[in-house]
Amino acid sequence: MRRAIVTGTATVSGVVLLLGLKPHSDTPLASKGTANNFTINQSDAAGNQPSAPSSSGASGSSGTSPQSGSAPSTSSPPSSAPSSAKSSAKSSAPSSAPAAPKSSAPAPAATTKTVTGDAAVTRYGPVQLAVTFNGKKITQIQVLEYPTETGRDQEINSYAIPQLNQQAMSAQSANIDGVSGATYTSQGYQQSLQSAIDKAGA
Amino acid sequence: MTVRHVEQVMGTVFSIVADDGAGLPAAVSRLHEIDAKFSTYRADSPVSRMARGEAVDRDPEIAEVLRRCAEVEADTDGAFSAYPAGRLDPSGWVKGWAIEEVDRLLTAAGSRNHLIVGGGDVQARGEAELGRPWTVGITDPLHSDRYAVLVNGRDFAIATSGTAERGAHIIDPATAEPATGFASVTLIGTRIAHTDAYATAVFAMGPERGLEWVEERPGFEAYAVLPDGGTVETAGFARFLAG
Repeated sequence: MRRAIVTGTATVSGVVLLLGLKPHSDTPLASKGTANNFTINQSDAAGNQPSAPSSSGASGSSGTSPQSGSAPSTSSPPSSAPSSAKSSAKSSAPSSAPAAPKSSAPAPAATTKTVTGDAAVTRYGPVQLAVTFNGKKITQIQVLEYPTETGRDQEINSYAIPQLNQQAMSAQSANIDGVSGATYTSQGYQQSLQSAIDKAGA
Repeated sequence: MTVRHVEQVMGTVFSIVADDGAGLPAAVSRLHEIDAKFSTYRADSPVSRMARGEAVDRDPEIAEVLRRCAEVEADTDGAFSAYPAGRLDPSGWVKGWAIEEVDRLLTAAGSRNHLIVGGGDVQARGEAELGRPWTVGITDPLHSDRYAVLVNGRDFAIATSGTAERGAHIIDPATAEPATGFASVTLIGTRIAHTDAYATAVFAMGPERGLEWVEERPGFEAYAVLPDGGTVETAGFARFLAG
């Protein structure tokens, strides 16, 4: 079974994850055999690291850390505005992931556990995640399996999966409830993630 | 009791957060029902059959959708059409309308606060929690691991059209050419069906005409990322900015 491990460090909540799994014809469901292992480690923009596991049995920790000022704040000059638009051409192009560094979020006492989500069957092949929770907070997402049947799959997924992780995690840390984007879907990623969250009772 | 649900349907993912899940089963089956009727990917759907020119039993719901599409086409001077490449495809209206149906069914069943995201289009109702509005991130079309901006609101809809994931896929019905003037354009309105259809139309119009068109529409605001990374927004957009 082809496996790839992609790890991310941060957090998620009920975001919709958007991924460019573009359809291509004739892609059979993933077959077995080829190894395709790579590991990507990343931290989210806030530099959040998974809290050290502490072993208290407390389970009522809040899902998101208290944060303030987590809106994007960098700005860049507008480079070209449509000339005839009456709109204010005011720039508001914060571009870094809106996960502001937080100073002293108290780490709630919580147990760390890893839950394997259901393997979601997509038209491109199965997608399966393992999600590590510290209390209710997601500290790591590993992609156990994703479609790698074709070079195109590999190209898309080696690019998209780290970004999905990043997006998922920065979303939670910035307390974002949803994501609007012009995209294809997350399909299996979201499904497997949600099933892991459901199983964890997070 | 907050419920979360993710449903894979209509070729995309719907994500629902509601303060009361009583309406969820009806909403989910409604999504599949709409998909079965309107899918352009299912060869056997009535809309696919109509697109092939086959005779189909008259369906009041399909007739209503086509009427709405025609209205939006008139509103947008042809920048939106249910026949984007000469072939029947009302998807530009149907997805947003399906999200509105979920909103309606959840509300009817007692939910007062919910957020429905369907493939990147969002309908927000009420607030995220007492005193906190919903926050929605708009993906940066040039750096998909980032947000271009965050918006806050209660009872609002937000839709983004762009080229980031699918390339230049929005055809300007007026020219039959792919539109390339924006990297992405996001519209904020109150209800997602019009907001989504208008976002598609504005994308086809391009920045100069599109942003002006939005300025003339009460109740709508726009935020755009241009292909070179510059941004432009309508005058009233700033009140939705988070933080």
